[in-house]
Amino acid sequence: MKIHEYQAKEILTKYDVPVPVGFVTDKLANVKDLVKKLPTKVSVVKAQIHAGGRGKGGGVKVAKTASEAHKHASDILGMQLVTHQTGPEGQKVRQILIEQGMNISKEYYLGLTLDRGTSKVTMIASTEGGMEIEKVAEENPELIIKTRVDIAAGLTSGNIRKMTAGLGFTDKNVQKKFAQFCKALYSVYMDMDCSLIEINPLVLTEEGELMALDCKINFDENALYRHPELSELRDESEEDPTELEAAGYGLNFIKLDGNVGCMVNGAGLAMGTMDIIKHYGGEPANFLDVGGTADADRVAKAFKIITSDPNVKAILVNIFGGIVRCDRVANGIVEAMKKSKLKVPLVVRLAGTNSEEALTILENSGVAIIPAKGIKDAAEKVVAAIK
Amino acid sequence: MSILVGKHTRLIVQGITGKEGQFHASQCQEYGTNLVGGVTPGKGGQQVLGVPVFDTVHQAVQETQANVSMIFVPPAFAADAIMEAAEAGIELIVCITEGIPVNDMVSAIQVVRSSGARLIGPNCPGIITPGEAKIGIMPGFIHKPGRVGVISKSGTLTYEAVNQLTELGIGQSTCIGIGGDPIIGSAYIDLLALFEADAGTDAVVMIGEIGGSLETDAANWIRDNMTKPVIGFVAGRTAPPGRRMGHAGAIVSGGEETAQAKAEIMESCGLYVAHTPATIGEQVAKALENKRNKFSGPAELSMVY
Repeated sequence: MKIHEYQAKEILTKYDVPVPVGFVTDKLANVKDLVKKLPTKVSVVKAQIHAGGRGKGGGVKVAKTASEAHKHASDILGMQLVTHQTGPEGQKVRQILIEQGMNISKEYYLGLTLDRGTSKVTMIASTEGGMEIEKVAEENPELIIKTRVDIAAGLTSGNIRKMTAGLGFTDKNVQKKFAQFCKALYSVYMDMDCSLIEINPLVLTEEGELMALDCKINFDENALYRHPELSELRDESEEDPTELEAAGYGLNFIKLDGNVGCMVNGAGLAMGTMDIIKHYGGEPANFLDVGGTADADRVAKAFKIITSDPNVKAILVNIFGGIVRCDRVANGIVEAMKKSKLKVPLVVRLAGTNSEEALTILENSGVAIIPAKGIKDAAEKVVAAIK
Repeated sequence: MSILVGKHTRLIVQGITGKEGQFHASQCQEYGTNLVGGVTPGKGGQQVLGVPVFDTVHQAVQETQANVSMIFVPPAFAADAIMEAAEAGIELIVCITEGIPVNDMVSAIQVVRSSGARLIGPNCPGIITPGEAKIGIMPGFIHKPGRVGVISKSGTLTYEAVNQLTELGIGQSTCIGIGGDPIIGSAYIDLLALFEADAGTDAVVMIGEIGGSLETDAANWIRDNMTKPVIGFVAGRTAPPGRRMGHAGAIVSGGEETAQAKAEIMESCGLYVAHTPATIGEQVAKALENKRNKFSGPAELSMVY
């Protein structure tokens, strides 16, 4: 689960991590008053959307006066902000964060995440702050410093010293502040079951203060049940409405740009089905894992979700019945078809338990279904149906 | 021959009194797996499916000499169940549960490693040695005893591959679903090494997906260590970057983690690569055919196509 920068900074503040003074608002009329409450004359107006790369897209602007801040805010509030993470349509900016200006001496990167290779929480730092860390890792891997944390021991002074030396902090005061910063960040990560914390940039000010100028926090979805308070931080307007509706039905759905809708059981087979549609010249319109119980109700809901996309010109159902019997799935599909009256061709491939009986049910159903045998046959038939 | 499970397996099920646990325990039993007991805290002394239920894994091991445990405990308690099994001396722990918090697994994996136990999963369909033992939720009937090993991150995609093999008359030695979570107990390499050493396995299928580097690590390991042919498939060529595709670990967060990149590395390391899920069976048949006519190692053979 993702949250906004201002929400992440509120969490940091609770853990005594220094962040710039700032106020969030969704009203242009408030901007001038908020700027006057800042300790500096210079202010920064920052778009609050979940995607990264906001600065490049024109979503972060510095102002020297309150009226300049107002001008920037009027440009940013309500804009469709396009970044490398939003897709070409961009994301609508509904809130802005107005922050104090900083006398930045140097920018760094500091992050915490899981290292999948070692199954350990890893702290990552770099002297190349303010850049995309993935780019730094690709182009200058020697500028990335990592330290792996043993969960039983916690973040040790050895972990912290490695980071301190790697970033080149020699001033005793800065070293002390950095150690506190790291410890606090690790506490946030563990206490709140984060999957990612990124401070980019972490800045050293000319006054010798360390401050989180930007902050991104993602939470482990599997652990949300033990943090009921986090549900208040969820901003559903940042999520795709169809994906939200699907999640409400317990369907795992991701919208894509193609024209062949698919409904599959299991995530791996769903990806494989999308791939083979593309291989035979089609473009998948979605990823949809219906899960283990493909009964009439779920099939009908899945069809509703898939056909809400006007680009969908045909649908491919690919179910490998293991514990679920194919004849039951076939009955479910026929029942759903009778109710929902699909306007696009439907290709159905059922494999596994009782697949022969299932085929007979589909063939004798009286509804327009194109039965397929095997995943290749199914892909070819659905691609032929859109041409 | 096979790896890890077979006629010698003595299975207990943690969470055997739950609906899912009991159903799948009965399915495993029907397949012929030697189910010797179950564990549910607070339900010790009961009988389920004709076997005794214990309060702790420790008691179950003492009373039944169980050596394998299958876990069907809800996500909030599953990491604890894994650690309990490891602590009790279970050799092979198969965790089916999906949705375990990542930080719980960070702890559990360390306990498993220090105990010397082997963990399969979590969030996986389990492991089967056709005709001998099924420890998991896979449909037993699609499998056929034989000499090809299968290792996969996916459930139904594995069934798809196994079904293709069986339809071509190619049987399997052992099939393992390793799970699609960011932290899993056994990676491809751990199991490839066992298949390489198994006299009953002639070739291995590995099915991967986007995210992480396990497939890449395995491909490099295969190039340097494996004499038996390996057939690879990677799902998710059409997956958009930065989106989680169902499995918690299936997300592209770097150039090396895409399906294309992984498939290319597999090819460069001498694996037979299926470019669609429909051709996994064909590629295995080709690999076995080449092996029968073998003059040189797998790296050269893959040049054939």
